[in-house]
Amino acid sequence: MRSGVPLKARLAARGLDGVTLLVIPALVLLVGLFLYPFFYGLVLSFMPKDGTLLGNYRKFFSDPFLYETIQTTLAIALPVTIVNLVAALPVAFRVRRLQHQRLVTTILVLPITLGTVLVAEGMLNYFGPQGWFVRTLTLLGLGSPSSIRLVHNYWGVFLSLVITGFPFTFLLTLSYVSGVDTALENAAATLGARAAARFRTIFLPLLAPGLAITFCLSFVQAYSVFPSAVLLGAPAGPTRVISIAAYEAAFEQYDYSLASAIAMIMAATQLVIVVAVLMSRSLFYRGPAAGAKG
Amino acid sequence: MPAPAQFRQLRLEGVGRSFGAMQALSDLTLEVKRGEFVALLGPSGCGKSTALNCIAGLLATTSGSIWLDDTRIDTLAVEDRGFGMVFQNYALFPHMTVRANIGFGLRMRRRPRAEIAARVDEAIRTVRLETQADKLPGQLSGGQQQRVAIARAIAIDPPLVLMDEPLSNLDAKLRLEMRQEIRRIHQGLGCVTIYVTHDQDEALSLADRIVVLRDGQIRQVGTPAELFARPARADVAEFMGFRNRLVGRPAGAGKVSFGDATLEGVDMGIGDAPTALAAIRPDDLTLAESGIPATVEAIEYRGRDFFGSARTSDGVELYFRSHEALKIGAKVKLAAEPSKILLYPGDAT
Repeated sequence: MRSGVPLKARLAARGLDGVTLLVIPALVLLVGLFLYPFFYGLVLSFMPKDGTLLGNYRKFFSDPFLYETIQTTLAIALPVTIVNLVAALPVAFRVRRLQHQRLVTTILVLPITLGTVLVAEGMLNYFGPQGWFVRTLTLLGLGSPSSIRLVHNYWGVFLSLVITGFPFTFLLTLSYVSGVDTALENAAATLGARAAARFRTIFLPLLAPGLAITFCLSFVQAYSVFPSAVLLGAPAGPTRVISIAAYEAAFEQYDYSLASAIAMIMAATQLVIVVAVLMSRSLFYRGPAAGAKG
Repeated sequence: MPAPAQFRQLRLEGVGRSFGAMQALSDLTLEVKRGEFVALLGPSGCGKSTALNCIAGLLATTSGSIWLDDTRIDTLAVEDRGFGMVFQNYALFPHMTVRANIGFGLRMRRRPRAEIAARVDEAIRTVRLETQADKLPGQLSGGQQQRVAIARAIAIDPPLVLMDEPLSNLDAKLRLEMRQEIRRIHQGLGCVTIYVTHDQDEALSLADRIVVLRDGQIRQVGTPAELFARPARADVAEFMGFRNRLVGRPAGAGKVSFGDATLEGVDMGIGDAPTALAAIRPDDLTLAESGIPATVEAIEYRGRDFFGSARTSDGVELYFRSHEALKIGAKVKLAAEPSKILLYPGDAT
């Protein structure tokens, strides 16, 4: 031993102690179930059937049937995320002031426990041509079963993503909204700021970083839509999302290499959006959203 | 209709606030003249913050009315009252610089840019924060944040400045410093300041008048000197530092007997109550030839004098001052000058 300090103490000083060992199970899982498959897929995507390095990527970006899935997926995921965020914000503001916050939150969050397939099955009945929703609208003279088409098209997928995505977006938004000290709002009010001005000058700047994170997480969820795009959409056309393309490559054409390439492209496009949104965070204040002390 | 900037007096008429069945504040009636500094003093839960929030408009009243001269203000929205408020945790906007925080109220009033800049500069000078103007609140110390909070409240030139325990988050030294600062700023503005605190020292040193609240009701209104020397009720006396409370039998003409010993004091309205309560500050209770017999239980040196506690044969604990160190267990007799002993009816709490 070089110094008189025991090895254990020297390791502890560097942040290595018994507790560090508890990280190992998570690390094993991370490496075994995420890192290894990811890099395996990455390598696989560069080993296409035609033997060239970039064959899969060339194929994807030269076939409109494949590359247009990016646009299709974005056309669903972006509006859904924005709608969820815009809808969650006022609800979160209202719920924050409720006495029975827990009860309301539980009810709002319930759809998250159902799973996309169950929601999709329910929607097929409820929003279908013979479902309650359409029949009620027909009864009210607001349309007919043939004019109101809410399943097996874009809107079916859109609605299902709103239903299953909203609770998640709402929960995140609520936690950020609750994190803003109410005294700040009171202070702004005593200084003459009305509700709209308080939202614009106090809440929005303080919430922006949190909303950016919420946007990213909600977007990633919506972008990887698969079951509802198949069950509620038109998977051959308007809702042929990128995950369907990957699925077809893997399990209909048995071209795992191409499927891996599509998965990588999917990851890359998500990453572009997420990075862009997170970068915009730096335009805002990022610190505790409470009075600096107390 | 905004509250008038120039006014003669603030008037609270029977202001009350209940939360369900709980009456947090009842029948608060008070007149405050322009230029006055009024402290609302009381233990936590006495309704003082409720009163302040009602005046500010952050809490709706459930009864009574509030007036600035002839303008009723309790029906105005908080944004329209134009009162400056200093919050306990300062509530500075963390994403705005000191300058932007202070100018917030003026920006909301859509004042010309040059006027805002001039008045912000003035407010910054008033609270002596010239070198910190472009920092964010998170970069400031507690005392500096406090100054920003005050500057932000006074920058809008409010008729009324409301302060909710503004010094409670500061350390003892800074608290003394800021006390003088607050008094100085108040005198410079000539507005009404209403100051909520649970610290009687703060109230005594700052206020022109003190309103003692307890259980949502006014217990006494008076100048600091009045309250310090002659609390009207036994509970106010306890709050004003009369820690020694002895229950005895009235023995006629300002006298109360405790077994063998009899104390002479100031009759604060014993009337024909069967028992009387003598309230004495620890400072005033000293060793004497004759007085209440007690056994010393603890003694500590506090600079000039010793302070100790002793127990009577009835088990009442007394706090006293002594010039000399005493042994634990020593038998002493304790008494105070008659003018320093206040006698209240004994059934009062």
